[in-house]
Amino acid sequence: MKTQTYTLNLGPQHPSTHGVFRIILELDGETVVKATPVPGYLHRGIEKLAEARTYTQVIPYTDRMDYMAAMLMNWGYVAAVEKLMGVEVPERAEYVRVIVGELSRIASHMIAVGAMGGDIGAITAFTYTFRDREYVLDLLEMVSGSRMTFSYFRVGGVAEDLPEEFFPAVRKFLAELPGMCDEYDGLVTGNEIFQARTKFVGVIPPEVGINYSLSGPTLRGSGVNYDLRKVRPYGVYDRFDFEVPLGQNGDCFDRFWIRIEEMRQSGRIIQQALEQLPEGPIQAKVPKVIKPPVGDAYVEIESSKGAYGAYLISDGSPKPYRVHFRRPSFINLGYLGKLCEGWKIADVIAILGSIDIVLGEVDC
Amino acid sequence: MADYVLSPELLESLQSKFPGIEVDEAQVVTVPSEDLIPFMTEIKENPGYAMDFLTNLTAADYQDRFEMVYNLVSLAHCRTLTVKAKIEDKDNPRIASLCPLWGGADWQEREVYDLLGIAFTGFPGHPTRIFLEDNFKGHPLRKDFQWQGGREA
Repeated sequence: MKTQTYTLNLGPQHPSTHGVFRIILELDGETVVKATPVPGYLHRGIEKLAEARTYTQVIPYTDRMDYMAAMLMNWGYVAAVEKLMGVEVPERAEYVRVIVGELSRIASHMIAVGAMGGDIGAITAFTYTFRDREYVLDLLEMVSGSRMTFSYFRVGGVAEDLPEEFFPAVRKFLAELPGMCDEYDGLVTGNEIFQARTKFVGVIPPEVGINYSLSGPTLRGSGVNYDLRKVRPYGVYDRFDFEVPLGQNGDCFDRFWIRIEEMRQSGRIIQQALEQLPEGPIQAKVPKVIKPPVGDAYVEIESSKGAYGAYLISDGSPKPYRVHFRRPSFINLGYLGKLCEGWKIADVIAILGSIDIVLGEVDC
Repeated sequence: MADYVLSPELLESLQSKFPGIEVDEAQVVTVPSEDLIPFMTEIKENPGYAMDFLTNLTAADYQDRFEMVYNLVSLAHCRTLTVKAKIEDKDNPRIASLCPLWGGADWQEREVYDLLGIAFTGFPGHPTRIFLEDNFKGHPLRKDFQWQGGREA
């Protein structure tokens, strides 16, 4: 009798790949011998398109990269333009940015937690988190007029001030947030079957994580304390008191659990930002036509998926010469091939869910 | 952000070890392409720099050259460093691959190869296209790539 490996295509159309993403699995029975991720099914050429748009016209494109945390995508890009131009953002705008950025982070983590649970089979996680996420989307719709692709940030500040009805609504949400996280913990995190599927599965050693440029909860799950909001604080993040949850084993469970804890910490940050919110303008005085001086700038912020950066080269004209986005989902995915080796097919789904990718960001 | 740069002593010792490098006032180091691997090995392995985290690897197409841009972070010392390397040959651009040093360079180099056409040497079977089909002709991010539709570049 002879045995051989066979190839299974986890095709671009799949309910658990978080978008159009393909993994070619070489299997020996049910064990993965080799996994080849194939991205590119959502490649839209955003970096090339940005070269033919003005600096402000690029902002809607950034929304469509990580559409789950679009506020944070806007932020990284406008921060790079502001660094290039030497624009100082007014204090009220910085606080508004923190509030909407952290709300976007909570919405993104709710999807990560729900989708990972749903992929493994715990559909309950999916329904509860998506129900709660509606509150966050309602808040962001009050602020920006849109539920998903906000285009709320501008070079030098934000587009509009927070409306009056936002404040009681966000306070109500913040009061309920710890209860929501407790509910997820009670239903999913402590669940025996969920733990059996995710504990010690897909372990990433910390040195390997650093070598592969992983970031965000994927790296912090392995115990590496690298959160850009603490390590190299930007904006007004050094004024808030919050913790960075770290995992111990670097397995899927740690990456899942960290995201729930980060939601709690984001709630704390928003609470403090609301208390400290000063009066003032919400956009700096920038010229109508944004023409940064010749040069380049690279700025990184902590997005929900990891370190998100924008590298801009300006040639003095109103349109960028080159824009490059350092996309955390893309770089985190670079390790997926090696990470899946030796696990079963079902574990591949758990591992992919724990890395938390968004294909818009992977393919750009 | 000025707190996260290398101290002048560390920069000076780098300049004495690698006389061919240029450093500008924003502490961006331009390395000649031949010295890339020794330079990167030095700042990664030497515990004085300990640049163990390659956070960004990209390239740009200028009129007279290609330019590779590397952003490195030292997690232990909380410092950042930007390194650039010029590739003067625009017809056949090639530079050494950083894959032996950092696994994170793999996909980012594939992206640069796919969209800009810069070949990375020193690693068998690398790079291959990552976003576009394997039989796609051309490299879209180059300035001379003709694209149909949309607004004119």
